[in-house]
Parts: sequence; structure tokens; C-alpha cells
Amino acid sequence: MELSEIIDIVKAKLVAGNANGVVIEKGFSSDLMSDVLTIDTEKILLITGTCNVQAIRTAEMADIQCILLVRGKKANPDMIKIANENKMVILETSLSMFNTVGRLYQVGLKPVY
Amino acid sequence: MVTLKFNIEGGNFSKAGYASSQVKKTLKQLNIHQSLIKNIVVALYEAEVNIVAHAYKGTIQVDIAPTDVSMLVSDEGPGIENIDLAMQEGFSTASAEVRQMGFGAGMGLPNIKKNVDEMYIDTVVGKGTSLKLKKMLNNV
Ligand SMILES: Nc1ncnc2c1ncn2[C@@H]1O[C@H](COP(=O)(O)OP(=O)(O)O)[C@@H](O)[C@H]1O
Ligand SMILES: [Mg+2]
Repeated sequence: MELSEIIDIVKAKLVAGNANGVVIEKGFSSDLMSDVLTIDTEKILLITGTCNVQAIRTAEMADIQCILLVRGKKANPDMIKIANENKMVILETSLSMFNTVGRLYQVGLKPVY
Repeated sequence: MVTLKFNIEGGNFSKAGYASSQVKKTLKQLNIHQSLIKNIVVALYEAEVNIVAHAYKGTIQVDIAPTDVSMLVSDEGPGIENIDLAMQEGFSTASAEVRQMGFGAGMGLPNIKKNVDEMYIDTVVGKGTSLKLKKMLNNV
């Protein structure tokens, strides 16, 4: 699925990186960074309400290029800086985790497991 | 052989992951296979976060040789009372503050073990902990 389509569906705002041409196959949602670090699938969208530098560092270590912050969380300047350094995309949506994940599942974003 | 060294501050979550990030950049420059890099930096990052979450201060030394990457992660801190318990998935003594950062699920040490070929824990209660990790580079 095109990242631009995902942005449309959850009415997301792009605050770091470039969504053009980015394709996402699978999604993983968790607020627990150690859980994210157990995933060995690449090209996934990380959907999280954990809004701090550690969420971006976790994505960096796990080779995850795209992070979607839910529940209206706003990325801080440090997060945006690290994301830009690593060519990552950060999106923000005001929707809840449940609402976000439900909408994306419905249009065919696949689970990691 | 390339050696990288870092000092880690306990409690400073805004800096946690900086050392692992630098190691990742170096491993990429050395053209090490992506899946091996991921194993190495995931293990190192969990170990780095453990210093920040559980200890007062620490050091990381990474030695990159043609055949393997060795990591020594040492801290001054409370030490681990029961290593078997600490290695169990879900066991955690992390504070509420650490949990709010997205850690403290008790998955760190087990996940470190899964990602490396060798893992030794040396710990003295009341003094500190040192983690010796090794990842072989010849098997992708
Ligand atoms: N460097 C350390 N110093 C002291 N205690 C530690 C250290 N690393 C791990 N521990 C202990 O082992 C437990 C399990 O560690 P870990 O599996 O990484 O989970 P978590 O960090 O999420 O609690 C910790 O909660 C803590 O009690
Ligand atoms: Mg831990």
C-alpha cells in the first residue's frame, strides 16, 4: 500500500521525511519498544502512542522507516531531527490507536503476525 | 579491527540510543550484511537502554573484527540479584518512568540473547553489571 494512501485514510500530518513513492506492506502497533525490537520484518509501518526519542531510536535500530503517532501526539524537535538524519517518515494522527489500526486493516494493511 | 567506545549516563533517556546509532552507522560503512547489523544493534540498544534504565553510569566498547563483533557493556549500578529470573521474558523491576518511555516490559535481556551468538553476564549486587556479547559475521 502506498504511504500516501495511508496518510489519507487516517488523516495524518507528515512532520518528517518524504512519503513520495514509499510503499508499506505491513503494520505493527505497540507502545512497548521492546516488543517492536523483536520484529524481524522490514518495510513496516510502526503505529504507536509512545511519543519520545526512544520510539525513533527503536525504529532506527529495527530498520523501520515509517512511524505513525496516534492519539494526537506531536513529535518533538529531537525526534524530527533524528528521523531526518535517518531518512525516516513521521506521521501524526489525532485518531486513537484502535481507530487507526481498524481503518488500515480494513483497507488491506497486513499484520506482521 | 575497528574499536568504538562510549560513556553512557544512567537516567538520561534523551541520549539513550546514541551509542547504538553510531555503531550502526559504522557497521553500515563497513558493508556488513543488513540482517547482521540489525541483530547487533538491537542487542546493543537493549543493553544501552538497560544502563540508562537500571544503572548509574556505564561504558560501551565495540570491537569490529573481520570475523565477529564483540561488545562489552559495563555499568556501575545495583547489579542483578537473580540472573535466571532477569533472563525470563516479562520479568522487570523497571520504574513507572521507564515504562512510560516504552521500556520495562522485561523483554530486553531475552531479546539480547536471541540476537547474538554469545552472551555472558557478570554482575555484583551493589557494584554493577557487565555484559559480554559476540556476534559472528560469517553466517548470514
Ligand atoms: N544493567 C543492569 N543493571 C541492573 N539491573 C539490570 C540491568 N539489566 C537488567 N537488569 C535487571 O533485569 C531485569 C530484566 O531486564 P530486561 O529483560 O532488559 O527488562 P527491562 O529492562 O524491560 O526491565 C530488569 O528489570 C532489571 O531488574
Ligand atoms: Mg531492558
